[in-house]
Amino acid sequence: MHEMSLVEGIRSIVLDQARTHGFSRVTVLRLEIGRFAGVEKPALDFAFDVVMRGSPAEGARLEIIDLPGQAMCYDCMTAVEIASRLDPCPRCGGGRLIPNGGDEMRIKDMEVV
Amino acid sequence: MCTVCGCSDKVIVDGREMSHDEAHRLGLAHHHAHSHGDGLPHGHDHTHDHSHGHSHPHRHGDTLHDHPHDHHHSHPHDHAHGAGHSHGDADHAHDHGGGDHHHPHEGTHHYGLGAAGVSVPGLTQARLIEVETSILAKNDAIAQGNRRVLTALGTLALNLVSSPGSGKTTLLCKTIEALGDTPLAVIEGDQQTSADADRIRATGARAIQINTGKGCHLDAQMVGHAIDELRPRPNSLLFIENVGNLVCPAAFDLGEDAKVAILSVTEGEDKPLKYPDMFTAARLAILNKVDLAPHCDVDLDLYEENLRRVNPDITILRLSARSGEGMATWIDWLRARLAEKAA
Repeated sequence: MHEMSLVEGIRSIVLDQARTHGFSRVTVLRLEIGRFAGVEKPALDFAFDVVMRGSPAEGARLEIIDLPGQAMCYDCMTAVEIASRLDPCPRCGGGRLIPNGGDEMRIKDMEVV
Repeated sequence: MCTVCGCSDKVIVDGREMSHDEAHRLGLAHHHAHSHGDGLPHGHDHTHDHSHGHSHPHRHGDTLHDHPHDHHHSHPHDHAHGAGHSHGDADHAHDHGGGDHHHPHEGTHHYGLGAAGVSVPGLTQARLIEVETSILAKNDAIAQGNRRVLTALGTLALNLVSSPGSGKTTLLCKTIEALGDTPLAVIEGDQQTSADADRIRATGARAIQINTGKGCHLDAQMVGHAIDELRPRPNSLLFIENVGNLVCPAAFDLGEDAKVAILSVTEGEDKPLKYPDMFTAARLAILNKVDLAPHCDVDLDLYEENLRRVNPDITILRLSARSGEGMATWIDWLRARLAEKAA
């Protein structure tokens, strides 16, 4: 959706971290992206290459860790894991689920030199 | 884990246990056990200037032996016996550049071939920094700032989201008329033009236009600046009309009390299913232009069913800004939320 803005956010965090920790280059950057975060991975990859130019993370390898989608089923009142927001409850088949996890967009860690 | 040397152990300094990271930060000499990759763990005290010599069992080929040698990390060093020795892999506290530990010549340790291309005493060449920060952390922090300001004022902020052409601005103009002398202000977001802010100002309300240029959504910083300029009055309403877009604005917190999604009956009953993020994030959905429903073969109940499928908690109002149908319920909803906020 707005992968370019997201990567701008990553760039600003990288620059902050470079100042704090005094590194010159990021070799690997690992993100945790929830299933419901609405992030398109190929678009993120593309934006990453473009936006990171001239930053310490230029040329860094981007690794994405998928986090599962979680929801509360209002029919059986159970916390369940689902693949899509529109999936029925895997436990009771109910259709009234409120997602309560899986919209994460986090930088987990980075390997730097 | 220690970000300097990668060691996860607690260390003992002057008889006190502290984290390894802390010992490094304080620059204290400390003891810790480590392994040189030959599977033979050993421990010794050292400061982290890394010019210490020490002895530990290690392997040259198949022979296990022990002799003192220098770990002087800033220049090559020779072993008296002329044999290169390997420190193996990366789980060693004096990491020599992870797996890229080159021994191009016998008896030479080249420390300039690691990932950094240079060896800095006290620092490993590659290290891991745990960030654990949301990508939108900056936006979220600014949004929280906006929220604090608005809460202090008792101002109710609503983030109006919809696709382009759902009737947000017309609804706002009619809402401003219906609210009478309730103090309010409007922030208008569009890629280009100040047409919408002009329409709002024509009603007598205060409005600021934000043009995002190519941006597909408003962010917290833009709204923060607009709030500073508008200076909402205590116990007033602040409408933030987001860029017409059913995707991106869902992810960006602006500091609002609630998102209100506006959906017009001409858009199709499947929109909540096609763009679930937005309708999941919204507290209220307004089904607008219901006066057109008889002309466009639309099933209003199916709209509601699909909205509740993606968000069982959502409140739904059917209205027509043009005919005025349902406007009273909407105004009541607004006044009730404002009373809650101002309380």
